[in-house]
Amino acid sequence: MTTLPAVSGRRRATDTAMRGITLVLTIVAIVPLVFILYYLIKEGIGAWSADFFTTDPTGRFLGNPGGIKSAIWGTIVMVALASAIAIPFGIGVALYLVEYGKGGWFANVVRYFIDVMTGVPSVVFGLFVYIVLVVTKIGGTFAAWKGAVALALLMLPVVTRSAEVVLNLVPNDLREGALALGAPRWRVVFRIVLPTAIPGLVTGSLLAVARAAGETAPLLFTAAFVFGTQFDVSQRMNSLPLQIFNDVSQAQDRLVQRAWGAALTLVLLVLLLSLIARLVQRRSRLA
Amino acid sequence: MNPDETTTTPEQSPGAPSPAVAPPPLTVSTAAAEASRDGVTAKAHSISLRKLNAFYGDTHAVRDVDLQYAANQVTAMIGPSGCGKSTLVRCINRMHEEIPGARSTGEILLDDLDLQGTGIDVVSVRRAIGMVFQKPNPFPTMSIYDNVAAGIRLSGTRGVNVKQRVEESLRGAGLWEEVKDRLGQPGIGLSGGQQQRLCIARTIAVEPEVILMDEPASALDPISTLKIEELVHELKKRYTIVIVTHNMQQAARVADTTAFMLNGELVEHAATDKIFSKPDDSRTEEYVTGKFG
Repeated sequence: MTTLPAVSGRRRATDTAMRGITLVLTIVAIVPLVFILYYLIKEGIGAWSADFFTTDPTGRFLGNPGGIKSAIWGTIVMVALASAIAIPFGIGVALYLVEYGKGGWFANVVRYFIDVMTGVPSVVFGLFVYIVLVVTKIGGTFAAWKGAVALALLMLPVVTRSAEVVLNLVPNDLREGALALGAPRWRVVFRIVLPTAIPGLVTGSLLAVARAAGETAPLLFTAAFVFGTQFDVSQRMNSLPLQIFNDVSQAQDRLVQRAWGAALTLVLLVLLLSLIARLVQRRSRLA
Repeated sequence: MNPDETTTTPEQSPGAPSPAVAPPPLTVSTAAAEASRDGVTAKAHSISLRKLNAFYGDTHAVRDVDLQYAANQVTAMIGPSGCGKSTLVRCINRMHEEIPGARSTGEILLDDLDLQGTGIDVVSVRRAIGMVFQKPNPFPTMSIYDNVAAGIRLSGTRGVNVKQRVEESLRGAGLWEEVKDRLGQPGIGLSGGQQQRLCIARTIAVEPEVILMDEPASALDPISTLKIEELVHELKKRYTIVIVTHNMQQAARVADTTAFMLNGELVEHAATDKIFSKPDDSRTEEYVTGKFG
Protein backbone atom coordinates (compact mmCIF):
# COMPACT_ATOMS: atom_id res chain seq x y z
CA MET A 1 0.00 0.00 0.00
CA THR A 2 1.25 3.45 -0.91
CA THR A 3 1.66 5.96 1.84
CA LEU A 4 2.05 9.70 1.61
CA PRO A 5 3.66 11.70 4.38
CA ALA A 6 1.13 12.96 6.96
CA VAL A 7 0.55 16.69 7.52
CA SER A 8 3.42 17.93 9.65
CA GLY A 9 2.62 19.42 13.03
CA ARG A 10 4.33 22.63 12.09
CA ARG A 11 2.27 23.17 8.97
CA ARG A 12 -0.89 22.45 10.93
CA ALA A 13 0.11 25.03 13.55
CA THR A 14 0.88 27.67 10.91
CA ASP A 15 -2.44 27.02 9.26
CA THR A 16 -4.35 27.41 12.52
CA ALA A 17 -2.46 30.59 13.39
CA MET A 18 -3.13 32.18 9.99
CA ARG A 19 -6.81 31.35 10.15
CA GLY A 20 -6.96 32.82 13.65
CA ILE A 21 -5.18 36.04 12.74
CA THR A 22 -7.30 36.77 9.67
CA LEU A 23 -10.48 35.99 11.57
CA VAL A 24 -9.55 38.34 14.43
CA LEU A 25 -8.66 41.14 11.97
CA THR A 26 -12.00 40.68 10.22
CA ILE A 27 -13.92 40.86 13.47
CA VAL A 28 -12.03 43.96 14.60
CA ALA A 29 -12.78 45.60 11.26
CA ILE A 30 -16.52 45.02 11.40
CA VAL A 31 -16.97 45.99 15.06
CA PRO A 32 -17.17 49.74 14.30
CA LEU A 33 -19.59 49.07 11.44
CA VAL A 34 -21.87 47.11 13.71
CA PHE A 35 -21.74 49.85 16.36
CA ILE A 36 -22.55 52.53 13.78
CA LEU A 37 -25.63 50.64 12.68
CA TYR A 38 -26.58 49.88 16.31
CA TYR A 39 -26.43 53.51 17.44
CA LEU A 40 -28.07 54.77 14.27
CA ILE A 41 -31.05 52.54 14.78
CA LYS A 42 -31.20 52.98 18.55
CA GLU A 43 -31.03 56.78 18.47
CA GLY A 44 -32.60 57.37 15.08
CA ILE A 45 -35.70 55.26 15.29
CA GLY A 46 -36.95 57.33 18.23
CA ALA A 47 -36.94 60.47 16.11
CA TRP A 48 -39.07 58.86 13.41
CA SER A 49 -42.75 59.68 13.27
CA ALA A 50 -45.22 60.60 10.55
CA ASP A 51 -44.57 64.29 11.23
CA PHE A 52 -40.83 63.74 10.97
CA PHE A 53 -41.13 62.94 7.26
CA THR A 54 -43.97 65.30 6.38
CA THR A 55 -42.97 68.62 7.98
CA ASP A 56 -40.15 71.03 7.28
CA PRO A 57 -37.73 72.09 9.98
CA THR A 58 -39.19 75.17 11.66
CA GLY A 59 -35.99 76.72 12.89
CA ARG A 60 -37.77 77.79 16.11
CA PHE A 61 -35.54 77.72 19.14
CA LEU A 62 -38.45 76.85 21.35
CA GLY A 63 -41.43 74.73 20.50
CA ASN A 64 -41.72 72.13 17.74
CA PRO A 65 -38.46 71.86 15.74
CA GLY A 66 -40.24 70.21 12.79
CA GLY A 67 -39.16 67.28 10.60
CA ILE A 68 -36.85 66.71 7.66
CA LYS A 69 -39.17 66.80 4.65
CA SER A 70 -37.22 69.58 2.91
CA ALA A 71 -33.95 67.72 3.46
CA ILE A 72 -35.22 64.49 1.93
CA TRP A 73 -36.64 66.23 -1.13
CA GLY A 74 -33.58 68.43 -1.47
CA THR A 75 -31.26 65.43 -1.48
CA ILE A 76 -33.43 63.64 -4.04
CA VAL A 77 -33.65 66.67 -6.35
CA MET A 78 -29.96 67.58 -6.20
CA VAL A 79 -28.67 64.02 -6.50
CA ALA A 80 -31.04 63.39 -9.42
CA LEU A 81 -29.79 66.51 -11.18
CA ALA A 82 -26.16 65.60 -10.43
CA SER A 83 -26.75 62.09 -11.81
CA ALA A 84 -28.35 63.51 -14.94
CA ILE A 85 -25.14 65.45 -15.51
CA ALA A 86 -22.50 62.98 -14.34
CA ILE A 87 -23.79 59.63 -15.65
CA PRO A 88 -24.03 60.50 -19.38
CA PHE A 89 -20.69 62.31 -19.25
CA GLY A 90 -19.03 59.54 -17.25
CA ILE A 91 -20.22 56.77 -19.56
CA GLY A 92 -19.32 58.91 -22.56
CA VAL A 93 -15.76 59.35 -21.29
CA ALA A 94 -15.50 55.62 -20.57
CA LEU A 95 -16.74 54.81 -24.08
CA TYR A 96 -14.10 57.08 -25.51
CA LEU A 97 -11.37 55.48 -23.41
CA VAL A 98 -12.36 51.90 -24.20
CA GLU A 99 -13.76 52.07 -27.74
CA TYR A 100 -11.86 54.88 -29.41
CA GLY A 101 -8.91 56.22 -27.42
CA LYS A 102 -7.62 52.77 -26.40
CA GLY A 103 -3.93 53.01 -25.59
CA GLY A 104 -3.36 56.44 -27.13
CA TRP A 105 -1.47 59.11 -25.20
CA PHE A 106 -4.57 61.28 -24.83
CA ALA A 107 -6.59 58.42 -23.37
CA ASN A 108 -3.76 57.67 -20.95
CA VAL A 109 -3.62 61.30 -19.82
CA VAL A 110 -7.39 61.35 -19.33
CA ARG A 111 -7.26 58.10 -17.39
CA TYR A 112 -4.54 59.48 -15.14
CA PHE A 113 -6.50 62.64 -14.36
CA ILE A 114 -9.59 60.62 -13.60
CA ASP A 115 -7.59 58.61 -11.10
CA VAL A 116 -6.37 61.83 -9.54
CA MET A 117 -9.92 63.22 -9.44
CA THR A 118 -11.15 60.10 -7.65
CA GLY A 119 -8.82 60.93 -4.80
CA VAL A 120 -9.66 64.63 -4.55
CA PRO A 121 -11.43 65.40 -1.24
CA SER A 122 -15.07 66.34 -1.73
CA VAL A 123 -14.60 69.69 -0.01
CA VAL A 124 -12.34 70.72 -2.87
CA PHE A 125 -15.15 70.24 -5.38
CA GLY A 126 -17.38 72.35 -3.15
CA LEU A 127 -14.74 75.06 -2.96
CA PHE A 128 -14.20 74.96 -6.70
CA VAL A 129 -17.88 75.44 -7.45
CA TYR A 130 -18.05 78.11 -4.72
CA ILE A 131 -15.30 80.11 -6.39
CA VAL A 132 -16.43 79.56 -9.97
CA LEU A 133 -20.22 79.75 -9.65
CA VAL A 134 -21.15 81.24 -6.27
CA VAL A 135 -18.64 84.04 -5.75
CA THR A 136 -19.09 85.14 -9.36
CA LYS A 137 -22.85 85.38 -8.67
CA ILE A 138 -23.82 83.50 -11.81
CA GLY A 139 -27.60 83.25 -11.49
CA GLY A 140 -27.65 84.45 -7.88
CA THR A 141 -25.44 83.24 -5.08
CA PHE A 142 -26.27 79.91 -3.46
CA ALA A 143 -28.40 77.63 -5.60
CA ALA A 144 -29.36 73.97 -5.70
CA TRP A 145 -28.08 73.53 -9.24
CA LYS A 146 -24.63 74.65 -8.12
CA GLY A 147 -24.75 72.01 -5.41
CA ALA A 148 -25.73 69.50 -8.07
CA VAL A 149 -22.75 70.56 -10.19
CA ALA A 150 -20.40 70.00 -7.25
CA LEU A 151 -21.94 66.56 -6.66
CA ALA A 152 -21.69 65.77 -10.37
CA LEU A 153 -17.98 66.63 -10.35
CA LEU A 154 -17.57 64.26 -7.45
CA MET A 155 -19.50 61.50 -9.21
CA LEU A 156 -17.87 61.88 -12.61
CA PRO A 157 -14.61 60.02 -11.92
CA VAL A 158 -16.44 57.28 -10.01
CA VAL A 159 -18.91 56.71 -12.85
CA THR A 160 -16.14 56.83 -15.47
CA ARG A 161 -13.87 54.40 -13.68
CA SER A 162 -16.59 51.84 -13.03
CA ALA A 163 -17.98 52.19 -16.56
CA GLU A 164 -14.51 51.71 -18.02
CA VAL A 165 -14.05 48.48 -16.06
CA VAL A 166 -17.44 47.19 -17.19
CA LEU A 167 -16.90 48.12 -20.86
CA ASN A 168 -13.55 46.36 -20.78
CA LEU A 169 -15.38 43.24 -19.61
CA VAL A 170 -17.42 43.14 -22.82
CA PRO A 171 -15.65 40.39 -24.78
CA ASN A 172 -13.73 41.66 -27.78
CA ASP A 173 -15.18 38.71 -29.73
CA LEU A 174 -18.51 40.51 -29.79
CA ARG A 175 -17.04 43.72 -31.17
CA GLU A 176 -15.14 41.79 -33.82
CA GLY A 177 -18.21 39.71 -34.66
CA ALA A 178 -20.27 42.84 -35.19
CA LEU A 179 -17.56 44.68 -37.12
CA ALA A 180 -17.07 41.65 -39.36
CA LEU A 181 -20.77 41.81 -40.25
CA GLY A 182 -20.18 45.23 -41.73
CA ALA A 183 -21.46 47.30 -38.84
CA PRO A 184 -20.13 50.84 -38.47
CA ARG A 185 -18.28 51.39 -35.21
CA TRP A 186 -20.93 53.63 -33.65
CA ARG A 187 -23.60 50.99 -34.24
CA VAL A 188 -21.39 48.34 -32.67
CA VAL A 189 -21.12 50.57 -29.62
CA PHE A 190 -24.84 51.34 -29.35
CA ARG A 191 -26.32 48.00 -30.38
CA ILE A 192 -23.78 45.51 -29.04
CA VAL A 193 -21.39 46.98 -26.46
CA LEU A 194 -23.79 49.15 -24.45
CA PRO A 195 -26.65 46.61 -24.25
CA THR A 196 -24.19 43.95 -23.10
CA ALA A 197 -22.68 46.22 -20.49
CA ILE A 198 -25.86 47.88 -19.25
CA PRO A 199 -26.33 45.98 -15.95
CA GLY A 200 -22.77 46.80 -14.93
CA LEU A 201 -23.15 50.41 -15.98
CA VAL A 202 -26.31 50.72 -13.88
CA THR A 203 -24.59 49.19 -10.87
CA GLY A 204 -21.56 51.47 -11.11
CA SER A 205 -23.74 54.53 -11.57
CA LEU A 206 -25.96 53.66 -8.62
CA LEU A 207 -22.95 53.29 -6.35
CA ALA A 208 -21.78 56.73 -7.46
CA VAL A 209 -25.26 58.08 -6.75
CA ALA A 210 -25.18 56.53 -3.30
CA ARG A 211 -21.85 58.14 -2.61
CA ALA A 212 -23.04 61.56 -3.77
CA ALA A 213 -26.18 61.32 -1.63
CA GLY A 214 -24.11 61.19 1.53
CA GLU A 215 -21.76 64.09 0.79
CA THR A 216 -21.90 67.22 2.95
CA ALA A 217 -18.91 69.25 1.87
CA PRO A 218 -19.81 69.89 -1.78
CA LEU A 219 -23.21 71.27 -0.71
CA LEU A 220 -22.06 73.29 2.27
CA PHE A 221 -21.19 76.43 0.35
CA THR A 222 -23.01 75.80 -2.90
CA ALA A 223 -26.62 74.86 -2.15
CA ALA A 224 -26.38 76.20 1.42
CA PHE A 225 -29.09 75.59 3.98
CA VAL A 226 -32.76 76.50 4.10
CA PHE A 227 -35.75 75.37 6.15
CA GLY A 228 -38.57 75.16 3.62
CA THR A 229 -39.12 72.51 0.96
CA GLN A 230 -37.84 73.83 -2.31
CA PHE A 231 -38.11 72.41 -5.81
CA ASP A 232 -36.75 75.44 -7.66
CA VAL A 233 -33.12 74.56 -8.40
CA SER A 234 -32.15 78.21 -8.74
CA GLN A 235 -32.84 78.68 -5.02
CA ARG A 236 -31.08 77.44 -1.91
CA MET A 237 -32.03 73.90 -1.07
CA ASN A 238 -31.85 71.79 2.06
CA SER A 239 -30.30 68.32 2.05
CA LEU A 240 -29.98 65.41 4.47
CA PRO A 241 -26.24 65.70 5.10
CA LEU A 242 -26.50 69.44 5.73
CA GLN A 243 -29.50 68.96 7.98
CA ILE A 244 -27.49 66.50 10.04
CA PHE A 245 -24.48 68.79 10.04
CA ASN A 246 -26.57 71.71 11.32
CA ASP A 247 -28.56 69.78 13.89
CA VAL A 248 -25.59 68.06 15.47
CA SER A 249 -23.95 71.38 16.15
CA GLN A 250 -27.01 72.65 18.06
CA ALA A 251 -27.04 72.61 21.85
CA GLN A 252 -30.45 71.01 22.06
CA ASP A 253 -31.05 67.32 22.53
CA ARG A 254 -34.20 67.47 20.39
CA LEU A 255 -32.19 68.69 17.43
CA VAL A 256 -29.43 66.15 17.96
CA GLN A 257 -32.15 63.53 18.05
CA ARG A 258 -33.43 64.84 14.72
CA ALA A 259 -29.91 64.52 13.34
CA TRP A 260 -29.92 60.83 14.30
CA GLY A 261 -33.26 60.36 12.61
CA ALA A 262 -32.02 62.08 9.46
CA ALA A 263 -28.82 60.01 9.50
CA LEU A 264 -30.81 56.80 9.72
CA THR A 265 -32.97 57.97 6.82
CA LEU A 266 -29.89 58.77 4.76
CA VAL A 267 -28.26 55.41 5.46
CA LEU A 268 -31.44 53.59 4.52
CA LEU A 269 -31.66 55.58 1.28
CA VAL A 270 -28.08 54.64 0.41
CA LEU A 271 -28.70 51.05 1.44
CA LEU A 272 -31.71 50.91 -0.84
CA LEU A 273 -29.62 52.14 -3.77
CA SER A 274 -26.89 49.59 -3.08
CA LEU A 275 -29.49 46.88 -2.89
CA ILE A 276 -30.91 47.84 -6.28
CA ALA A 277 -27.37 47.92 -7.65
CA ARG A 278 -26.81 44.39 -6.38
CA LEU A 279 -30.01 43.10 -7.90
CA VAL A 280 -29.16 44.61 -11.27
CA GLN A 281 -25.65 43.17 -11.07
CA ARG A 282 -27.07 39.72 -10.49
CA ARG A 283 -28.88 39.92 -13.82
CA SER A 284 -25.65 40.80 -15.57
CA ARG A 285 -24.47 38.59 -18.42
CA LEU A 286 -20.89 39.53 -17.78
CA ALA A 287 -18.88 37.56 -15.28
CA MET B 1 -39.32 39.90 -31.77
CA ASN B 2 -38.43 43.19 -33.26
CA PRO B 3 -41.28 45.06 -34.88
CA ASP B 4 -39.20 46.79 -37.53
CA GLU B 5 -38.93 44.13 -40.16
CA THR B 6 -37.17 46.37 -42.59
CA THR B 7 -34.36 48.42 -41.16
CA THR B 8 -34.68 52.04 -42.12
CA THR B 9 -31.84 53.75 -40.30
CA PRO B 10 -29.52 55.61 -42.63
CA GLU B 11 -26.15 54.07 -43.34
CA GLN B 12 -24.02 57.15 -42.82
CA SER B 13 -23.16 58.02 -39.25
CA PRO B 14 -23.57 61.69 -38.42
CA GLY B 15 -20.34 63.53 -38.93
CA ALA B 16 -18.78 60.74 -40.93
CA PRO B 17 -16.60 62.29 -43.60
CA SER B 18 -18.30 61.90 -46.94
CA PRO B 19 -15.68 60.31 -49.19
CA ALA B 20 -14.39 62.62 -51.86
CA VAL B 21 -14.14 59.64 -54.15
CA ALA B 22 -17.40 57.78 -54.35
CA PRO B 23 -16.73 54.26 -53.06
CA PRO B 24 -16.66 51.83 -55.97
CA PRO B 25 -19.72 49.63 -55.98
CA LEU B 26 -19.10 46.53 -53.94
CA THR B 27 -22.41 45.02 -54.87
CA VAL B 28 -20.89 43.12 -57.72
CA SER B 29 -23.61 40.58 -58.07
CA THR B 30 -27.21 41.37 -57.33
CA ALA B 31 -28.22 38.66 -59.73
CA ALA B 32 -25.99 36.11 -58.08
CA ALA B 33 -27.33 37.12 -54.68
CA GLU B 34 -30.90 36.76 -55.93
CA ALA B 35 -30.12 33.34 -57.29
CA SER B 36 -28.39 32.25 -54.11
CA ARG B 37 -31.55 32.94 -52.15
CA ASP B 38 -33.37 30.23 -54.01
CA GLY B 39 -30.71 27.79 -52.92
CA VAL B 40 -29.29 27.25 -56.38
CA THR B 41 -25.63 27.40 -57.21
CA ALA B 42 -24.42 30.92 -57.75
CA LYS B 43 -21.22 32.20 -59.23
CA ALA B 44 -19.20 33.62 -56.39
CA HIS B 45 -16.15 35.88 -56.55
CA SER B 46 -12.49 35.20 -56.34
CA ILE B 47 -9.91 36.82 -54.10
CA SER B 48 -6.32 37.47 -55.10
CA LEU B 49 -3.54 38.50 -52.77
CA ARG B 50 -0.55 40.29 -54.29
CA LYS B 51 2.61 40.91 -52.28
CA LEU B 52 0.58 40.94 -49.08
CA ASN B 53 2.53 41.90 -45.96
CA ALA B 54 1.10 42.29 -42.50
CA PHE B 55 2.66 43.71 -39.37
CA TYR B 56 1.95 44.02 -35.68
CA GLY B 57 4.05 47.02 -34.76
CA ASP B 58 7.54 45.83 -35.64
CA THR B 59 6.59 42.18 -35.95
CA HIS B 60 6.40 41.06 -39.55
CA ALA B 61 3.64 38.45 -39.44
CA VAL B 62 2.89 37.88 -43.13
CA ARG B 63 5.62 38.17 -45.77
CA ASP B 64 5.06 38.83 -49.46
CA VAL B 65 2.22 36.41 -49.96
CA ASP B 66 0.76 35.94 -53.44
CA LEU B 67 -2.29 33.74 -53.39
CA GLN B 68 -5.43 33.08 -55.45
CA TYR B 69 -8.68 31.99 -53.86
CA ALA B 70 -10.77 30.63 -56.72
CA ALA B 71 -14.49 31.31 -56.84
CA ASN B 72 -16.80 28.62 -55.39
CA GLN B 73 -13.84 26.74 -53.99
CA VAL B 74 -12.84 25.94 -50.45
CA THR B 75 -9.26 26.87 -49.69
CA ALA B 76 -7.73 25.62 -46.46
CA MET B 77 -4.93 27.51 -44.75
CA ILE B 78 -2.68 25.22 -42.72
CA GLY B 79 0.53 25.72 -40.84
CA PRO B 80 1.93 25.65 -37.31
CA SER B 81 0.77 28.12 -34.63
CA GLY B 82 2.04 31.61 -35.23
CA CYS B 83 2.74 31.07 -38.93
CA GLY B 84 0.51 34.02 -39.85
CA LYS B 85 -2.42 32.15 -41.38
CA SER B 86 -5.04 33.80 -39.15
CA THR B 87 -3.42 37.18 -39.64
CA LEU B 88 -3.50 36.72 -43.40
CA VAL B 89 -7.17 35.82 -43.35
CA ARG B 90 -7.96 38.77 -41.08
CA CYS B 91 -6.30 41.05 -43.64
CA ILE B 92 -8.79 39.97 -46.29
CA ASN B 93 -11.79 41.56 -44.58
CA ARG B 94 -9.57 44.22 -43.03
CA MET B 95 -10.19 43.09 -39.45
CA HIS B 96 -6.42 43.05 -39.00
CA GLU B 97 -6.29 46.83 -38.87
CA GLU B 98 -8.66 46.90 -35.88
CA ILE B 99 -5.75 45.85 -33.69
CA PRO B 100 -3.79 48.89 -32.45
CA GLY B 101 -0.43 49.10 -34.23
CA ALA B 102 -1.37 46.57 -36.90
CA ARG B 103 -1.07 47.37 -40.60
CA SER B 104 -0.79 45.65 -43.94
CA THR B 105 0.61 46.43 -47.37
CA GLY B 106 0.11 44.94 -50.81
CA GLU B 107 -3.04 44.29 -52.76
CA ILE B 108 -6.13 42.32 -51.88
CA LEU B 109 -8.36 42.00 -54.91
CA LEU B 110 -12.00 40.99 -54.92
CA ASP B 111 -12.22 40.04 -58.60
CA ASP B 112 -10.38 43.17 -59.78
CA LEU B 113 -11.32 45.61 -57.03
CA ASP B 114 -8.51 46.50 -54.59
CA LEU B 115 -10.05 46.27 -51.13
CA GLN B 116 -7.30 48.36 -49.56
CA GLY B 117 -7.56 51.09 -52.20
CA THR B 118 -8.36 54.71 -51.44
CA GLY B 119 -12.05 55.51 -51.19
CA ILE B 120 -12.95 51.96 -50.26
CA ASP B 121 -15.27 51.89 -47.27
CA VAL B 122 -14.05 49.29 -44.81
CA VAL B 123 -17.64 48.68 -43.73
CA SER B 124 -18.59 47.65 -47.28
CA VAL B 125 -15.56 45.37 -47.45
CA ARG B 126 -16.74 43.53 -44.37
CA ARG B 127 -20.25 43.25 -45.74
CA ALA B 128 -18.87 41.64 -48.88
CA ILE B 129 -16.50 39.35 -46.99
CA GLY B 130 -18.07 37.61 -44.04
CA MET B 131 -16.15 36.04 -41.20
CA VAL B 132 -16.75 33.20 -38.79
CA PHE B 133 -14.53 33.18 -35.72
CA GLN B 134 -12.82 30.47 -33.76
CA LYS B 135 -14.97 30.86 -30.69
CA PRO B 136 -18.71 31.06 -31.35
CA ASN B 137 -19.67 34.65 -30.54
CA PRO B 138 -23.44 35.10 -30.67
CA PHE B 139 -24.54 38.44 -29.22
CA PRO B 140 -25.54 37.65 -25.63
CA THR B 141 -28.26 40.28 -25.38
CA MET B 142 -30.07 39.02 -28.46
CA SER B 143 -32.47 36.20 -29.25
CA ILE B 144 -31.72 33.59 -31.91
CA TYR B 145 -33.82 35.56 -34.37
CA ASP B 146 -32.19 38.88 -33.52
CA ASN B 147 -28.73 37.37 -33.78
CA VAL B 148 -29.34 36.36 -37.37
CA ALA B 149 -31.06 39.67 -38.12
CA ALA B 150 -28.20 41.56 -36.42
CA GLY B 151 -26.06 41.77 -39.51
CA ILE B 152 -28.88 43.27 -41.56
CA ARG B 153 -29.81 45.73 -38.85
CA LEU B 154 -26.28 46.63 -37.79
CA SER B 155 -25.21 47.38 -41.32
CA GLY B 156 -28.30 49.48 -41.88
CA THR B 157 -29.45 47.55 -44.94
CA ARG B 158 -32.83 48.71 -46.17
CA GLY B 159 -35.61 47.06 -48.02
CA VAL B 160 -34.92 43.54 -46.81
CA ASN B 161 -37.64 41.20 -45.64
CA VAL B 162 -35.85 40.40 -42.39
CA LYS B 163 -38.14 37.57 -41.35
CA GLN B 164 -37.72 35.76 -44.64
CA ARG B 165 -33.96 36.36 -44.69
CA VAL B 166 -33.58 35.00 -41.16
CA GLU B 167 -35.37 31.79 -42.09
CA GLU B 168 -33.33 31.35 -45.28
CA SER B 169 -30.09 31.96 -43.42
CA LEU B 170 -30.94 29.53 -40.64
CA ARG B 171 -31.88 26.93 -43.24
CA GLY B 172 -28.65 27.69 -45.07
CA ALA B 173 -26.72 27.07 -41.88
CA GLY B 174 -28.61 23.85 -41.23
CA LEU B 175 -30.04 25.17 -37.99
CA TRP B 176 -33.64 25.98 -38.88
CA GLU B 177 -35.19 22.66 -37.88
CA GLU B 178 -33.47 22.76 -34.49
CA VAL B 179 -34.47 26.31 -33.54
CA LYS B 180 -37.61 27.20 -35.49
CA ASP B 181 -39.82 26.84 -32.41
CA ARG B 182 -37.65 28.93 -30.13
CA LEU B 183 -36.46 31.83 -32.23
CA GLY B 184 -37.24 34.23 -29.39
CA GLN B 185 -34.91 32.53 -26.94
CA PRO B 186 -31.40 33.83 -26.26
CA GLY B 187 -28.72 32.79 -28.72
CA ILE B 188 -26.30 31.92 -25.94
CA GLY B 189 -28.71 29.21 -24.74
CA LEU B 190 -27.70 26.99 -27.68
CA SER B 191 -24.95 24.38 -27.58
CA GLY B 192 -21.48 25.32 -28.82
CA GLY B 193 -21.97 23.70 -32.21
CA GLN B 194 -25.38 25.30 -32.64
CA GLN B 195 -23.93 28.66 -31.62
CA GLN B 196 -21.29 28.34 -34.31
CA ARG B 197 -23.91 27.50 -36.92
CA LEU B 198 -25.91 30.48 -35.63
CA CYS B 199 -22.84 32.62 -36.29
CA ILE B 200 -22.62 31.17 -39.79
CA ALA B 201 -26.30 31.96 -40.34
CA ARG B 202 -25.64 35.50 -39.12
CA THR B 203 -22.78 35.79 -41.59
CA ILE B 204 -24.70 34.52 -44.62
CA ALA B 205 -27.70 36.69 -43.71
CA VAL B 206 -25.84 39.74 -45.00
CA GLU B 207 -25.19 37.88 -48.28
CA PRO B 208 -21.43 38.25 -48.55
CA GLU B 209 -19.40 37.23 -51.58
CA VAL B 210 -16.72 35.41 -49.64
CA ILE B 211 -16.75 33.68 -46.25
CA LEU B 212 -13.63 33.51 -44.11
CA MET B 213 -13.55 30.91 -41.36
CA ASP B 214 -10.89 31.19 -38.70
CA GLU B 215 -10.65 27.72 -37.17
CA PRO B 216 -14.44 27.49 -37.00
CA ALA B 217 -14.53 24.01 -35.47
CA SER B 218 -11.56 24.06 -33.12
CA ALA B 219 -13.76 24.75 -30.07
CA LEU B 220 -16.34 22.11 -31.00
CA ASP B 221 -16.92 18.43 -30.37
CA PRO B 222 -16.46 15.91 -33.25
CA ILE B 223 -20.16 15.70 -34.12
CA SER B 224 -20.57 19.46 -34.29
CA THR B 225 -17.35 19.64 -36.27
CA LEU B 226 -18.77 17.18 -38.79
CA LYS B 227 -21.89 19.32 -39.16
CA ILE B 228 -19.80 22.41 -39.80
CA GLU B 229 -17.75 20.55 -42.40
CA GLU B 230 -20.89 19.34 -44.17
CA LEU B 231 -22.10 22.91 -44.11
CA VAL B 232 -18.89 24.13 -45.72
CA HIS B 233 -19.56 21.71 -48.59
CA GLU B 234 -23.03 23.19 -49.02
CA LEU B 235 -21.89 26.79 -48.74
CA LYS B 236 -19.28 26.57 -51.47
CA LYS B 237 -22.06 26.24 -54.02
CA ARG B 238 -22.77 29.89 -53.33
CA TYR B 239 -19.66 31.35 -51.76
CA THR B 240 -15.93 31.38 -52.02
CA ILE B 241 -14.62 29.99 -48.75
CA VAL B 242 -11.31 30.36 -46.97
CA ILE B 243 -10.91 28.17 -43.91
CA VAL B 244 -8.05 28.35 -41.45
CA THR B 245 -7.52 25.10 -39.65
CA HIS B 246 -5.13 23.38 -37.29
CA ASN B 247 -6.59 20.07 -38.18
CA MET B 248 -5.05 18.53 -41.28
CA GLN B 249 -7.72 15.85 -41.58
CA GLN B 250 -10.24 18.64 -41.68
CA ALA B 251 -8.36 20.39 -44.45
CA ALA B 252 -8.23 17.10 -46.35
CA ARG B 253 -11.97 16.60 -45.88
CA VAL B 254 -13.30 20.00 -46.81
CA ALA B 255 -10.80 21.83 -48.99
CA ASP B 256 -10.40 21.84 -52.75
CA THR B 257 -7.01 23.48 -52.46
CA THR B 258 -4.73 23.85 -49.49
CA ALA B 259 -2.12 26.49 -48.73
CA PHE B 260 0.71 25.79 -46.32
CA MET B 261 2.27 28.70 -44.45
CA LEU B 262 5.42 28.82 -42.36
CA ASN B 263 6.95 31.77 -40.51
CA GLY B 264 4.72 34.26 -42.32
CA GLU B 265 5.56 32.95 -45.77
CA LEU B 266 3.43 30.99 -48.15
CA VAL B 267 5.33 27.77 -48.78
CA GLU B 268 3.00 26.02 -51.14
CA HIS B 269 -0.53 26.25 -52.49
CA ALA B 270 -1.92 23.37 -54.51
CA ALA B 271 -4.79 20.94 -54.83
CA THR B 272 -5.48 19.37 -51.45
CA ASP B 273 -4.69 15.84 -52.70
CA LYS B 274 -1.32 16.98 -53.92
CA ILE B 275 -0.44 18.79 -50.67
CA PHE B 276 -1.18 15.69 -48.64
CA SER B 277 0.31 13.09 -50.99
CA LYS B 278 3.20 14.52 -52.96
CA PRO B 279 3.89 18.16 -52.13
CA ASP B 280 6.61 19.99 -54.03
CA ASP B 281 8.28 21.46 -50.97
CA SER B 282 10.02 19.25 -48.42
CA ARG B 283 8.84 21.51 -45.55
CA THR B 284 5.23 20.91 -46.55
CA GLU B 285 5.85 17.19 -46.55
CA GLU B 286 7.45 17.30 -43.14
CA TYR B 287 4.52 19.28 -41.75
CA VAL B 288 1.72 17.16 -43.20
CA THR B 289 3.45 13.97 -42.12
CA GLY B 290 3.68 15.30 -38.59
CA LYS B 291 7.44 15.79 -38.33
CA PHE B 292 6.89 19.24 -36.80
CA GLY B 293 4.12 21.67 -35.89
